Amino acid sequence: MDIKNLKNYLYWLFCQFELITCSYLMEPWEKVLFYTFNIAMLFMVLYTAYIYVPIHISTAFQFCLHLLGNQHENAVSIVK
Amino acid sequence: MANPNAVCNGHLHHHHHQKQNNLLKSGIYKKNGITKGMKKNGVSNGTLYKKTFIEHFEQAPMYVAVLTFLGFGVGTVFGYLRDFMRAWGLEKRHIAAEREQQKDFVPLYQDFENFYTRNLYMRIRDNWNRPICSVPGPQFDLMERVTDDYNWTFRFTGRIIKNVINMGSYNYLGFAETDVNALKTVTIELQKYGTGICSTRQEMGTLDKHVELEKLVAKFLGVEDAMVFGMGFATNSMNIPALVGKGCLILSDELNHTSLVLGARLSGATIRIFKHNNMQSLEKLLRDAIIYGQPRSHRAWRKIIILVEGIYSMEGSIVRLPEIVSLKKKYKAYLYLDEAHSIGAVGASGRGVVEYFGMNPDDVDVLMGTFTKSFGAAGGYIAGKKDLVDFLRTHSHSAVYATSMCPAVAEQIIRAMKCLMGQDGTTQGLQRVRQLGKNTRYFRRRLHEMGFIIYGNDDSPVVPLLLYMPGKIGAFARRMLEKNIGVVVVGFPATPITESRARFCVSAAHTREMLDTVLNALDELGDFLQLKYSRYSKASHPELYEETRLELED
Repeated sequence: MDIKNLKNYLYWLFCQFELITCSYLMEPWEKVLFYTFNIAMLFMVLYTAYIYVPIHISTAFQFCLHLLGNQHENAVSIVK
Repeated sequence: MANPNAVCNGHLHHHHHQKQNNLLKSGIYKKNGITKGMKKNGVSNGTLYKKTFIEHFEQAPMYVAVLTFLGFGVGTVFGYLRDFMRAWGLEKRHIAAEREQQKDFVPLYQDFENFYTRNLYMRIRDNWNRPICSVPGPQFDLMERVTDDYNWTFRFTGRIIKNVINMGSYNYLGFAETDVNALKTVTIELQKYGTGICSTRQEMGTLDKHVELEKLVAKFLGVEDAMVFGMGFATNSMNIPALVGKGCLILSDELNHTSLVLGARLSGATIRIFKHNNMQSLEKLLRDAIIYGQPRSHRAWRKIIILVEGIYSMEGSIVRLPEIVSLKKKYKAYLYLDEAHSIGAVGASGRGVVEYFGMNPDDVDVLMGTFTKSFGAAGGYIAGKKDLVDFLRTHSHSAVYATSMCPAVAEQIIRAMKCLMGQDGTTQGLQRVRQLGKNTRYFRRRLHEMGFIIYGNDDSPVVPLLLYMPGKIGAFARRMLEKNIGVVVVGFPATPITESRARFCVSAAHTREMLDTVLNALDELGDFLQLKYSRYSKASHPELYEETRLELED
């Protein structure tokens, strides 16, 4: 029963997306184009996040440690 | 005699109880020739308004505006894409285009309006111009039509959708009916006069029916004389040029109807626009007009006329008539009141906004209205002092050139007006007006409780429900039709681009069950389409509306 509710809820969310972005009004080939573009953009954002976010977090963490106290004269970490 | 209610609001009302049965409906009574009004707490603008004037124009949350622009942005991008494909021959052109020989001429179809029509309006075009095949009463029959090529062409399947609840027709008092008894006199007149007039008013087109109708309209409104015309739109656009000309000033409301705008432009007078129903803006314009006069010569204006409507059909707001009348008296301007939607629909006995505010019809210089909305007929009238109407009989473009009203239609108006005035011996007219008031208040109250954003005055039968996003316009109209309810949705350019809406017209002919059906459908659809944007409703603040719970001991 929960799966059915979940599927209904997801379908309803998809309908809201369609209405807000006007893809409800588009012809099928336009929808394909629009969704492809959106999915491609989303994929690129996620991929970029996957590659760069750990590096950014660790750099920010090191910067915080540097601010709190000069404790890393000999702890220069090399990131591959 | 000691009366605990003798003093209230600092005014002695000791004679209130004895004079109770002499009080008029609006609470004004005379003593020694001096008119006194009942003073209530919380009435705005001092004593000008005798009942509370509540209007709602709630703004939607910010994310709604952002998403609306996002939707239009996506639509515009795809519009450019489709135009590109059409220009490069990748797609067949369905819409009008210039001929091959005219390719180097000034382009005809590149402005924003045509772009919008081709790319955005066409996608949801199936919600407008739907042909109906019965009388537009509280329910009507619709011809089913489908499209094979995304709304460029339609074809009729031959099936008729029956008994669709009508929430779009301007049938405020329910006079659009086919009941044989009601239309008896109309049938008689039709057989006596036929249908065509074949002449203008000034030649041979004035019938005794027109004279009878004009006398009745003048009596109904409480003015000296009236003149009727065959078409409501033409009443405005053809008569304003006869009343004002060059050297005159027209102060017109921001949201006036196209007929008023067209009439004002045709007249050649200077037009200045004040903000919708905003008396400070109007007063500023009046003061500037009187202080500075005409633009270059600084001479006094020949005439200053204020154009307003009784009920604005896209907003549902009612004009602030008492304030406008006091302004016009102070600055000596003329007032032209277009009661197209308000005649028959507001007021204790259906006589329009003048009666709604308890004012004297002599205060308004030109009373204009149409018979299309509340009387189930066609045509318009202009009423006022006898000199004004006599002037219009000779100088109006409509009187000289336009065909006069058909006699059967005139008889329909006569019978509807007699019914309203009670002259046919029944109280049916008054019952209709009361039913309309009840329906209006019920409908608006329920919609507010559900959490929709509704514009307009609490007493106006025109109810705009805001939809905002372009995708929802089409979805709303189509789904309501699937539930057998016909609604009118409006978008750009009739409304501002972000405020598209669905406009409901409540009618006296709607029964409580019909309204409940519509309200339940709206509730469901509002949840599905997420249309309940209001932040002040019962749904969003249930703790404010909780009734006190009494614990009863058994």
